[in-house]
Amino acid sequence: MKKKRVLHLILIFSFILGISLVSYIALNGISLWGPYEIPPIGQQVRQGLDLKGGLYVVYEAEIEPNDPDKDDKISGAIRVIRNRLDKEGQHEATIARQGDNRIQVEIPGIKNPRELAEILAKPAVLEFEGPEGDIIITGKDIKSAKPAYGEGHTPVVDFELHSEGAKKFADATTKYQGQIIKILLDKNPISEPVVKSAIVGGRGIIDGMKDIEEAKRLANLIESGALPVNLEQAETRTIGATLGVNALNKAIQAGIIGIVAVLLFMLVFYKLPGLVADFALIVYMLIMMIVIVTTKVTLTLPGIAGIILSVGMAVDANVIIFERIKEEIRSGKTLSSSLDSGFSKAFRAILDSNITTLIAAFVLLYFGTGPIQGFAKTLIIGILASMFTAISFTRFILKLVMGLNIKNKWLYGA
Amino acid sequence: MNFHTVKYIKLWIAIPLVIILIGFGLIAVRGFNLGVDFVGGSVIHVSMDKSYNVNDVRDILNELSVSADIVSAGQNNQDIIIRLKYMEDQQEIHEKIIGSLQERYGLDEEKFSIDFVGPTMGRELIRDAVKSIMIASGLILVYIWIRFKLKSGVAAIIALIHDILVMIAVTSIAGIQINSSFIAAILTILGYSINDTIVIFDRIRENTKRLGRKMDMYEIVDQSIKQSVIRTLNTSLTTIFTVAALYVLGVESIKDFTLPILAGLIAGTYSSLFIAGPIWAVWDKGSGQQRTAAAK
Repeated sequence: MKKKRVLHLILIFSFILGISLVSYIALNGISLWGPYEIPPIGQQVRQGLDLKGGLYVVYEAEIEPNDPDKDDKISGAIRVIRNRLDKEGQHEATIARQGDNRIQVEIPGIKNPRELAEILAKPAVLEFEGPEGDIIITGKDIKSAKPAYGEGHTPVVDFELHSEGAKKFADATTKYQGQIIKILLDKNPISEPVVKSAIVGGRGIIDGMKDIEEAKRLANLIESGALPVNLEQAETRTIGATLGVNALNKAIQAGIIGIVAVLLFMLVFYKLPGLVADFALIVYMLIMMIVIVTTKVTLTLPGIAGIILSVGMAVDANVIIFERIKEEIRSGKTLSSSLDSGFSKAFRAILDSNITTLIAAFVLLYFGTGPIQGFAKTLIIGILASMFTAISFTRFILKLVMGLNIKNKWLYGA
Repeated sequence: MNFHTVKYIKLWIAIPLVIILIGFGLIAVRGFNLGVDFVGGSVIHVSMDKSYNVNDVRDILNELSVSADIVSAGQNNQDIIIRLKYMEDQQEIHEKIIGSLQERYGLDEEKFSIDFVGPTMGRELIRDAVKSIMIASGLILVYIWIRFKLKSGVAAIIALIHDILVMIAVTSIAGIQINSSFIAAILTILGYSINDTIVIFDRIRENTKRLGRKMDMYEIVDQSIKQSVIRTLNTSLTTIFTVAALYVLGVESIKDFTLPILAGLIAGTYSSLFIAGPIWAVWDKGSGQQRTAAAK
């Protein structure tokens, strides 16, 4: 018997040690030698744009519901948007089709969200129009476009044409020497140069830019191509970094206070089992963080709210079990059989109630958009993780603790 | 201690009914306070991080001849929230407002957050919200029906409807705008508040098996509720701790999300104890026969 107690004691202490070690690494990170480095979990979490600022925009395509080319046009528009984002250096952006005629774009951490939202939806139809109103070439004929400085250090766009376009351009510039060829972007004239001589090399410039930035932007738009459909902003959310950081800090504060309150409550109300439940809760939070980091879930503000809410819910199973155990102890059973029947009698109610919460969370995941889905995800992870920690883990540790032969019923809250 | 929950069922229903009537009375007078997510328009949130005079901001908007609803928010009221109705040239108006505020207060881009929702999104959102709430309730009903029986499922759904009505009433009384986060709050409560009900139903199921021949349904339900009171209160309390912390400390959008949840949690605890069980008991006794049928 004595040997067994020592063994249990060693096991319990190694658990406490293990959990403390993992918690420490999670909070502070660890760097061993060379490439074996684990940064703090806080740095590994992917923050949603409501926390670090950014742009969430939903474009609606002006398109007939029964247009046979609808899918092609939408995927074409997505390709153009992707090109434009790449040229702006936004490689972290995500683009997704939403429903039938909408495109959703999310870009975390940008400085000029509203401007970018406008640029992405620009039709960018480029046309060269002759004096007789005839279209000579369009953006499609252009092979490449670069910003450059032209005569007298004025910013221009330097472009090169495909061979077919080059031929058309050569013919037109021969025909219209001394006349004006208008360059139109989305029907607005941006430059009206006079043709001085025939341009046969397939190269040319567009002038009339305010600065080199504008030249760069136009070059990017031309290279990305025109949108096959008109896009309208149906929903735009731009989050300034200041608001996001504030929200995150306040949520973390709230989380700490809420969690400490729950830990204290369990300890005061349920004594020894409460302490075990507190350990289980810490393990629960570690599991949550590890799952969030490894599955690369993007953490949004509602997502954090979901985690904090789930901490309150995670101990529910323990409350139900411990109340059962108390009842069993009061009815005169031994501690160990009270523990067993407490767990088994409470299990059914816990399972049923968690499944209903899961049902609601999955409905939320399916119907919700954006941040709300983040909430549903953390809620689902939380319910599953808490089923494990509050039932299996707590039971295992409680058994070990009981093996120490602590007979005082007060310690079990009874 | 005598514990008569079933006997006073009318009183238990009357108390929340008063809150619900006040809330819905306000809705009848003022209408639903639907936010941009539903009706379209925009909300500009400015993190000023310094004191300012709201009237100055009003003057700036008046100069631009923009009619808007302006409120102070955040810590020490150092944030501004400007709400605009949907207009044709909304994006340009945003630029004008932001330009003027930047000029006046020297704020950089990072201080501005804008939620803009076009008029077409709202209708779909309402449709999706109603659909998701119906589907979730339906699935929960079916699950409880399978695990318990139909009457208990219906009693649980009535308790849930009570919780949602209280949430809507409290939201209306508190003057909070209803946005998509409110729908998430309702669904959370739908899934969570039923837990307490199930714990009590589980007890009723167990006690019916054990005591069904000695006691009638009223006594069984009373007994079951009595046995479950402490755990029901404690499970709710731990969750209320965390949500309350979020409500007190959180930013505006979190407050608007957590207040309805807080109301729903309290309503859910109440309805588990005083509404779901008693309704099951009264209905079961009313139909007269199956005293033992609750055991499955």
